[in-house]
Amino acid sequence: MAKAKTNTEDYLRMYRQMVRIRTFEDNANQLYLSAKMPGLTHMYSGEEAVAVGICEALTDDDRITSTHRGHGHCVAKGAEFKEMFCELLGKAEGYCRGKGGSMHIADQSHGNLGANAIVGGSMGIATGSALRAKLMGKDDVTVCFFGDGATAQGLMYEVMNMAALWNLPVIYACENNGYSEYTKTEEIAAGSITARAEAFGIEAHTVDGQDVLAVNELTQKLVARARKGEGPFFMELMTYRYHGHHVGDINREYYRSKDEEKDWKDNRDPIIRFRAFLVSEGIATEAEIEAMNAEIEKNATEAVAYAEQAPYPPANEVDMHVYAD
Amino acid sequence: MREITLSQAVNEALAEEMRRDPSVFILGEDVAEAGTPFKVLSGLVEEFGTDRVIDTPISEPGFVGMAVGAAMTGARPVVDLMFGDFIYLVMDQLCNQAAKQHYMSGGKLTVPMVLRTNLGATRRSAAQHSQSLQALVAHIPGLKVALPSSAYEAKGLMKTAIRDNNPVVIFEDKLMYQDKAPVPEEEYLIPFGEAHTKREGSDITLIATSSMVQVAEKAAEMLAGDGIDAEVIDPRTIVPLDEATLLDSVKKTSRAIVIDEGHQSYGVTAEIASRLNEKAFYHLDAPVLRMGAMDVPVPFSPALEDLTVPTPEGVVENARKLCAGEMIHAA
Ligand SMILES: Cc1ncc(C[n+]2csc(CCOP(=O)(O)OP(=O)(O)O)c2C)c(N)n1
Repeated sequence: MAKAKTNTEDYLRMYRQMVRIRTFEDNANQLYLSAKMPGLTHMYSGEEAVAVGICEALTDDDRITSTHRGHGHCVAKGAEFKEMFCELLGKAEGYCRGKGGSMHIADQSHGNLGANAIVGGSMGIATGSALRAKLMGKDDVTVCFFGDGATAQGLMYEVMNMAALWNLPVIYACENNGYSEYTKTEEIAAGSITARAEAFGIEAHTVDGQDVLAVNELTQKLVARARKGEGPFFMELMTYRYHGHHVGDINREYYRSKDEEKDWKDNRDPIIRFRAFLVSEGIATEAEIEAMNAEIEKNATEAVAYAEQAPYPPANEVDMHVYAD
Repeated sequence: MREITLSQAVNEALAEEMRRDPSVFILGEDVAEAGTPFKVLSGLVEEFGTDRVIDTPISEPGFVGMAVGAAMTGARPVVDLMFGDFIYLVMDQLCNQAAKQHYMSGGKLTVPMVLRTNLGATRRSAAQHSQSLQALVAHIPGLKVALPSSAYEAKGLMKTAIRDNNPVVIFEDKLMYQDKAPVPEEEYLIPFGEAHTKREGSDITLIATSSMVQVAEKAAEMLAGDGIDAEVIDPRTIVPLDEATLLDSVKKTSRAIVIDEGHQSYGVTAEIASRLNEKAFYHLDAPVLRMGAMDVPVPFSPALEDLTVPTPEGVVENARKLCAGEMIHAA
């Protein structure tokens, strides 16, 4: 664990947000398995410390762009369960009025520019948001989340080149969970991932993505520097996804072993680790943590129930929002 | 009224909008000191500086994607894409990202950006620098598409595009940059979705886009010598399309030819012809004809290239046949 620097409140909020993501995902998984949720979805469980460590270092004015595995980023950036579950079920009260679903969930009110179903598709958007900040004299920072698989997309190199040339306030956050769909990262990524950013003169860091404090501490520093015009930065966050690539990816032993999954879950879980830290530092008691977990579970159950009952969008919305007024 | 070139008209539109709104900026290759290979943007960097007229590396998907992100977060970027042919490079950013944000977010996000680029053959530029790809973008819901046919339209449509809250693609014909036309000194905007009747007529309607408007006007003059009175209509924007004006005209003349420089198959002409058939069938005395570019990559040799695009003579020939009732093919 990285050294404790922020106060108790921050720690508890980070813990709460990680549990909220895990709980959200468990419920989403159930919804999918019970055939209540349409479409496809990609679970974030296991990677919570990445989204939370980063988003806790940002304000609502700071923007993020997200990925096909975007629920965690959305929760971490401040979204509410109710609107999120409604969106997952295609209901009118969803963040996108049921038009985005899991893979496009966006909550602009907290600076989340949206999940993106094109791998690497949001790298331009994030960098453009940073360009806008610089041109319009704003000090907000944009974080671009993407996976290790997305580093094979050419767009990343085009925008990193421009971000470095123009010192844009953007942080490229590569969530390296070891796999790109059903393929190991070593099989699809030549050389080192951080070296790719370094080739453009971009300062790059590798950090333990299962350690929320380490992620948060590094992000706070980089965000502060990016605000001063010292950006861009690149972070490689070493992490792991517990579920399959998507909810339907059940039999996956042909590409990764059960032992490997068990090892990460038992020994490197970001929530278990942080919980032990909170208790050992006397920041929270086991009882307090259990109470918090129970309250989050209750919120999620209520939000799911609400979303299940909530109405679908009326038919006349189908051709609404194609064009803005 | 003073006359200026299409190039000057675009330049004026950008300068006026940049003066009016500090969130407007230009992004593209060689747009600053060079003012683009066509010199359309000459002088803008002197007035607005390199923070608002930004030279990018050769990274089309990169800078189009950045325009999307800037537009989503409060700026109004105008992207200069040096050749229309490069649209193929940026399809994801334009069609998956820019076009869909508003819809996918349930109306919360907007992408007020303009992508200005060009179209048109007969410049001996060969197959990778001569395409007219407006149909490709017009096919994607969420994008608006403007096709100015003169300096007047170029200025008025550009100003409207910049103020529009949607991604707009404007195609200028690269052969027309030096063409002069009367352009008022006072500010004006051309609303999207309002066709312009360039010439009134009663026997046949020629619906033409971009530089094909000139082709249609020449054809109309030639037809007048034969006693055929052609109406010429320029839709100005193909998305949105002013269907009402087109239908009214066809109901009056009962015949129509649609002319656009994109490839004929699956093109803009097919779309317009089909709408006329669906909505004015019983007013028609002859099938609506389509005239687009041949379905071949544009050849280099002048002798071949000139054969690929619609000409006034070709339009005249078709119009005569239509008016003489010679186009009703036996099955
Ligand atoms: C351009 C594109 N190609 C392929 C896909 C299909 N696809 C969806 S997710 C994915 C793997 C992405 O891997 P990575 O970037 O490492 O993210 P992770 O799923 O590990 O979070 C692929 C290939 C896609 N959505 N978009």
